[in-house]
Amino acid sequence: MTLDLTIIWAGILGFAVCAYVCLDGFDLGVGILFPLLAVGPERDRAMNSLAPVWDGNETWLVLGGGGLLAAFPVAYSIILPATYPLIIAMLLGLILRGVAFEFRWREPRHRAMWDIAFSTGSTIAALSQGMILGAVLQGINVVDNAYAGRWLDWLSPFSLLTGVALVVGYCLLGATWLLWKTDGLEQDHARRLAGWLGGATLIAMAVVSAATPYLHYAYWRRWFAMPGVLLTAQVPLLVVIAAIIFFVSLKRGAERLPFLITLGLFMLGFVGLCISTFPYAVPPHVTIWEAASPASSQMFMLVGTAVIVPLILAYTFWAYWVFRGKVGTHGFH
Amino acid sequence: MGMLEHIDAVTLARAQFAFTVSFHFIFPSFSIGLASFLMVLEAQWLRTGDATYKILYRYWLKIFAVAFGMGVVSGIVLSYQIGTNWSVFSAKAGPIVGPLMAYEVLTAFFLEAGFLGVMLFGEGKVGKELHFLATCMVALGTLISTTWIISVNSWMQTPVGFLINAHGQFVPAGSWLTIIFNPSFPYRLVHTVIAAYLTTALVVGGVGGYHLLRTPGDAGVRRMFSMAMWMMALLTPLQILAGDAHGLNTLKYQPAKVLAMEGDYDPSPHGAPLVLFGLPSNAEARVRYKLEIPRIGSLILRHDPNASLPGLKDFPRSQWAPVPIVFWSFRIMVGLGFAMLGLGLASLFARWRGRLYEARLIHWGAMLMGPAGFVAVIAGWVTTEVGRQPYTVFGYLLTAHSHSPLAAPAVAASLVAFVIVYFAVFGAGIFYVLRLMAARPMPGEQGPPSIPQHAAGVTPAPALDADHSLPGALQ
Ligand code: HDD
Ligand code: HEM
Ligand code: HEM
Repeated sequence: MTLDLTIIWAGILGFAVCAYVCLDGFDLGVGILFPLLAVGPERDRAMNSLAPVWDGNETWLVLGGGGLLAAFPVAYSIILPATYPLIIAMLLGLILRGVAFEFRWREPRHRAMWDIAFSTGSTIAALSQGMILGAVLQGINVVDNAYAGRWLDWLSPFSLLTGVALVVGYCLLGATWLLWKTDGLEQDHARRLAGWLGGATLIAMAVVSAATPYLHYAYWRRWFAMPGVLLTAQVPLLVVIAAIIFFVSLKRGAERLPFLITLGLFMLGFVGLCISTFPYAVPPHVTIWEAASPASSQMFMLVGTAVIVPLILAYTFWAYWVFRGKVGTHGFH
Repeated sequence: MGMLEHIDAVTLARAQFAFTVSFHFIFPSFSIGLASFLMVLEAQWLRTGDATYKILYRYWLKIFAVAFGMGVVSGIVLSYQIGTNWSVFSAKAGPIVGPLMAYEVLTAFFLEAGFLGVMLFGEGKVGKELHFLATCMVALGTLISTTWIISVNSWMQTPVGFLINAHGQFVPAGSWLTIIFNPSFPYRLVHTVIAAYLTTALVVGGVGGYHLLRTPGDAGVRRMFSMAMWMMALLTPLQILAGDAHGLNTLKYQPAKVLAMEGDYDPSPHGAPLVLFGLPSNAEARVRYKLEIPRIGSLILRHDPNASLPGLKDFPRSQWAPVPIVFWSFRIMVGLGFAMLGLGLASLFARWRGRLYEARLIHWGAMLMGPAGFVAVIAGWVTTEVGRQPYTVFGYLLTAHSHSPLAAPAVAASLVAFVIVYFAVFGAGIFYVLRLMAARPMPGEQGPPSIPQHAAGVTPAPALDADHSLPGALQ
């Protein structure tokens, strides 16, 4: 068997998307929850738990976009115009929230305004990302390897559903992150939020999973035809197990486990997506091989990626280690 | 909407891209230089133990944090806009420009992002040496990203090392080194990096000049003003040499662009004049009201006053760039370049007379020229990019064939949204930066919004301690 570069690249991009969703997911989630946090120490601590890491988290999104352009240029050139308004909304949302990290400290009188920018920006970005996912899953109209739909094709009940589901899921990541990084009253608050959001996330996952197989017969066959069903049935099973551990650990006062289990839930959701869509880069028309760039381009990047990504992961862990522990509200100096 | 019916989606998409990319470039051109400046300040502080360097480091670090944040968010927009606005270009040129940009993310952005948190907030949490390492990594990251993105842009200007496959895609033909080190890359890289350093030196010098006029005796202010003026004096001559070499390179590979910059419609078989000013018109194919010096054009471009030069009329009209834009943006850049040279020389002279900190005229000049780097940088890019028209990949892919299948109302709406958000958000950011600059560096200088974190188990959480001042309220 020959080494299939295209599959390797699909795997690498899948990894980048996963890393992005897990990492930026919690900091977007904290942003969405911001209005529920009390003005003053609670918000300040939440913000400070993110300040040193958010930039690195967001860089995975740039890798996702850049990697898609490089490894699957045709997919990139179809998906982006097809979801144009959503992409623009996401970008504007990311700008609003990104600058808030610095700006809110610059002038106490403007703080309330930047807090609003932080939470609306985070919400818009999360909602758009979820809707982009829905729009891609429901299928994109392609003729001659180019987008051939109208400019509102992305808007559907299904894409709205996935949008809301992702917002809820990010909120859960955010709440469990705060549960880990804070203590005292703030931690109690985060724990209560995590309880509610845990339930909401499971419902959202269930609804999206139930709706997806109805989109295309191909998805349906993937999940329910024998003998594949023996394998695919493991995914919901694992979700149920994870859910039980989540609620028990929450009840027992665990600090770190709820966050890690939530990450696990996201991974399972991602595996579910792969089961539905593989090997399509743009369902239901373009496969990863049709969208791929030539082997020489993929090979050139693979060499760098194989060397550099482990290094990146190493110093990312280091940065998280430097800022480990609970956050406070006041200066270290 | 009435007016918009006459503007097509392509024009709107171009306007939008030009707007966001120009806005983006403002921040990197400052943060590239500032990151290196911070590295020097911290190195000097570690080496000499002189507290002035530490004060300056913290002062500029706060400004860096704000500017860098704006660079990051405006840059993320670009990496997606290539697909939203130029999908045909992405599909066709993706196999070449994609990997180069992916390398930028891998080698530069992750490096910056990984070490940025430690640089901004890590003082006291990691050792001095490790903190300095973080600063160096951030500075290195900005330079690496410049290298890659300039390589991409240069390949679009002087494409080499590719074949066109059955789908009309540009695919690598052999070695990637040929593609990376395409003919205009070295010139453009050197010129742009020096431009970024000059931009930073002008800002630092401008802030220094402003404070010297008010508090001439302040040691920190003197130190930064002096450092900035050294940079001006050393780099402007280099930049002019680099620009000259760059122009010769462009004459070789994109002659019509240089002719547009020069305003040469007619061929000059016996030596071209240097057109100083005038009003070029593509419709009339001539420069009206022109003020010119005979033969100097050939002297500059051919290093021989009698050498012949072609004219735009030697090229089909369809290949003319919009000459008035290129002609003027080029003059703005070059004019500012010479003004910078003047400032650098004046500072050298004042220094030699031992009056650098008393010469109020120079302080005024430095202050007024504080923003000149930004203007020159944008003018330079407009020259480069507009001069490349009508192509996106020079000679091979027309701009008119590069855009996405988008509906005009969608693009118009998003253009309006970008303009509103950018002016509001970056306007506020620039306001905060100016306010930071209006205060002079003080002995008790704090870092960026002091990182309110403590390592596990070192201190009990001070969460509800009412009399702690809030972070950020410190300055
Ligand atoms: C001469 C230098 C230069 C030029 C021409 C450009 N950039 Fe840039 N860019 C930088 C120099 C830079 C930088 C200094 O390295 C920044 C500023 C802040 C940062 O994180 O890196 C940056 C940030 C930055 C980011 C944010 C990365 C992060 O998360 O850290 C993205 C995605 C881009 N850029 C993408 C682009 C694209 C698609 C460009 C062209 C169309 C472009 N840049 C032109
Ligand atoms: C950062 C500094 C840059 C600035 C200020 C800048 C500016 C501009 C401007 C003003 C235009 C519009 C030209 C016109 O339509 O007449 C343009 C177009 C364009 N630029 Fe750049 N540019 C920059 C860097 C880059 C880089 C690094 C790339 C490569 C990835 C790039 C790719 C493009 C493309 C694809 C277009 C659209 C096609 C065109 O109209 O030429 N630009 N840019
Ligand atoms: C008298 C001095 C200068 C000369 C002769 C000069 C010449 C040039 C030339 C020939 C180009 C290339 C246009 C093309 O691509 O065909 C260029 C581009 C550019 N210039 Fe200058 N320049 C000068 C000063 C400056 C200064 C002072 C700055 C900024 C501080 C600057 C920033 C730029 C930038 C950013 C570009 C676009 C990037 C590039 O293509 O290198 N230039 N300049």
